[in-house]
Amino acid sequence: MFAYIIRRVAYAIPILIGVNVLTFYLFFVVNSPDDMARMHLGQKRVTPEAIEKWKASHGYDKPLLLNRDAGGAQRFTETIFFDKSVRLFAFDFGYSDDGRDIGHDIRQRMLPSLAIAVPALLLGLLVNITFALLMAFFRGTYVDVSGVILCVILMSISGMFYIIGGQYLLAKLFRLMPISGYDVGPDMVRYLVLPVVIGVVSGIGSGSRWYRTFFLEEAGKDYVRTARAKGLSESLVQFRHILRNALIPIVTGVVVVLPLLFMGSLLTESFFAIPGLGSYTIDAIRNQDFAVVRAMVFLGTVLYIIGLILVDITYTIVDPRVRLT
Amino acid sequence: MIKPVILWTDALLFLLTALVVIFVLYARRKPHIRRPWQRIFQGRIAAASVVILLAFILVGLLDSLHYRLPLEATSAATETHYAIEVLSVLDALTGTLRTREEKSYSAPFATHLYIKENVDLPDGGQARIYPPLEYGGRHLGDRSEGKARDIALRTGLSLLQAVLAGALLTVLLALALARKHGCSSKDMLRQIFSRRTDVPWHIILLTLTLLLAVIFLVLNLASVYHVLGTDKVGKDVLYLSLKSIRTGLLIGTLTTLVMLPFAIFMGIVAGYARGWIDDVVQYIYTTLNSIPSVLLIAAAILMLQVYIANHPELFETTLERSDIRLLFLCIILGITSWTGLCRLLRGESLKLRESEYIQAAVSFGVSHGRIMTRHILPNVMHIVLITVVLDFSGLVLAEAVLSYVGVGVDPTMNSWGNMINGARLEMAREPVVWWSLLSAFLFMFTLVLAANLFSDAVRDAFDPRTVGQRGGK
Repeated sequence: MFAYIIRRVAYAIPILIGVNVLTFYLFFVVNSPDDMARMHLGQKRVTPEAIEKWKASHGYDKPLLLNRDAGGAQRFTETIFFDKSVRLFAFDFGYSDDGRDIGHDIRQRMLPSLAIAVPALLLGLLVNITFALLMAFFRGTYVDVSGVILCVILMSISGMFYIIGGQYLLAKLFRLMPISGYDVGPDMVRYLVLPVVIGVVSGIGSGSRWYRTFFLEEAGKDYVRTARAKGLSESLVQFRHILRNALIPIVTGVVVVLPLLFMGSLLTESFFAIPGLGSYTIDAIRNQDFAVVRAMVFLGTVLYIIGLILVDITYTIVDPRVRLT
Repeated sequence: MIKPVILWTDALLFLLTALVVIFVLYARRKPHIRRPWQRIFQGRIAAASVVILLAFILVGLLDSLHYRLPLEATSAATETHYAIEVLSVLDALTGTLRTREEKSYSAPFATHLYIKENVDLPDGGQARIYPPLEYGGRHLGDRSEGKARDIALRTGLSLLQAVLAGALLTVLLALALARKHGCSSKDMLRQIFSRRTDVPWHIILLTLTLLLAVIFLVLNLASVYHVLGTDKVGKDVLYLSLKSIRTGLLIGTLTTLVMLPFAIFMGIVAGYARGWIDDVVQYIYTTLNSIPSVLLIAAAILMLQVYIANHPELFETTLERSDIRLLFLCIILGITSWTGLCRLLRGESLKLRESEYIQAAVSFGVSHGRIMTRHILPNVMHIVLITVVLDFSGLVLAEAVLSYVGVGVDPTMNSWGNMINGARLEMAREPVVWWSLLSAFLFMFTLVLAANLFSDAVRDAFDPRTVGQRGGK
């Protein structure tokens, strides 16, 4: 088990290097730092001096890959690639284009992201499993059919409509809670209710339909028939046998997204003005702050890979049939 | 003479249409391909959603035939110059919908602007009133109290037209079917109405009639009112929504077209060849998959923006610029979304290469390339088809999100994402401007719902695991 984890972590390194090279290529080769400087300084009539100054102040004035002027190891370390890409491996994110410490920002903004994402995930799981169980229990009847149709309808609505509609109805029309904002302390709940509720509702359609297929798949298996043949009550079969086994794919599906919860949700956070990592990313994209976008790409990749490793470990815990080799 | 303009996306869209038509012609002659499709069209929900989807596709295709009008010829110039504005056949068909611009916001069916303005009175003074619209409800003249009656009359007329047209369609269909099956058309009509036909024609006719009702309503009402209101600069929201259909369809289909060659080739080769080729392909898709897709798209689009900003001379018109951006967005979306299909295909061909018919082909000395194209490819096509159809609705929805983030289609381009993005501020106004959001919602919801229902039917018909499982219903 331990050796397996070590090997999986080792596998992650070439992937991270690949991601790093790809982002480096996108950000520094497709467009040279000169292009970026010109973009930031405004398009027309930018003096070469101004470009040089911008590049120097943001650390883009070094050669891309190989510094021919320096000697020894500095040939490689005094380059943009080392400064901007290799340092990411030490989680040294550097400074954003407007001079803020990205690492500090990320640490500060993780908590608000989690404050939304974790309740939304747990509540969503509860609601989705309940609906899915209900539909699977009444499979083939009108409850099931209309439930599935309702799910498809809910799935066909863009997440943005849920947010805008929810904000308008609940916050603006009925004035049940503030439209947007964030606060630490006892007031936090007031601000969090709406985004969490909307997050749960917008996920019901796809979530419960997906989980329903798990339940149906389990319900068709032989051991379920055996359980029924033994004369077990239907509710016992549902909860003891089907639910427990169908939870395996559900749990692993949740575990893979757990690390990514830190990244927050782009839409929710930006619509509700929550100072999390999701809105941080959106702001960076809108302000064309390439340093932050690069850092978030790296962070997101690391978290995703951690999620994949966690899934493999979870499998061995929840499903004893799986053996890691 | 008008000058036809073929944008990159137009060309690709028509290429895709041609491919689909060729496939249909080919499949008609092959019973084993035809059978699952027949099963799809026998479902009532699927048949109705196909009708809706075809209507959307028709609008999208009409909107992809672009041209530029010649400017008024001046006597001095010998060569004709063309207007900078690129129009499409849809613009011509919708008539004055495009040109009837008001000053600013106006509600659906309104005869007056939504906001008060200072207006000079004839006696020299000034008043703050809701000025009458330039086009909306102009035919009413001063009798704006007759509006409700006018709308009711026009609605009734449209419904009547729709029913008549629907009846005509039914008769035509019965005649055509009767000829095909060799029975009397009266018999055929009876079969259709008693729902005894294989293909649920009664549902198709009902959907068509409803669709016709909408079309006639739009024709009769939109020619004199702004049915869905006007936006901030006074453009008709119905027109904007119609123009957005093309964008949505393009994102949903071109992305797939772009990614399919990669996914199919890499997936099958990796699964069939195994060894280091498999390792390399797996490495590539794991790496691409590890990057959160929004961020990868954002990074790529940001770089494209820098490139476009630094090379303005490459693009003749703004439409060409936004077109390139749309195409690039499709490519990027394709790069982020081919990995799932590739993984599925790899797994399936890993399984297939051990099967007996492949082993037989190998022992006959069939070349590897031929085995992959003739023996493996046809047997994984159902996975490709299911993925393509399932992805479509997700891509249409993704467009809206990406436009909101600021890395979607060009802000000057008509798209539902841009409409929703603008509606966000409109919802914060007092009084609320709700119609842009509503129409984006209606159009998007209809398209995505139809696509979702259709993809369910396709999956049920083609997925070997679900075929035969449907007895429970």
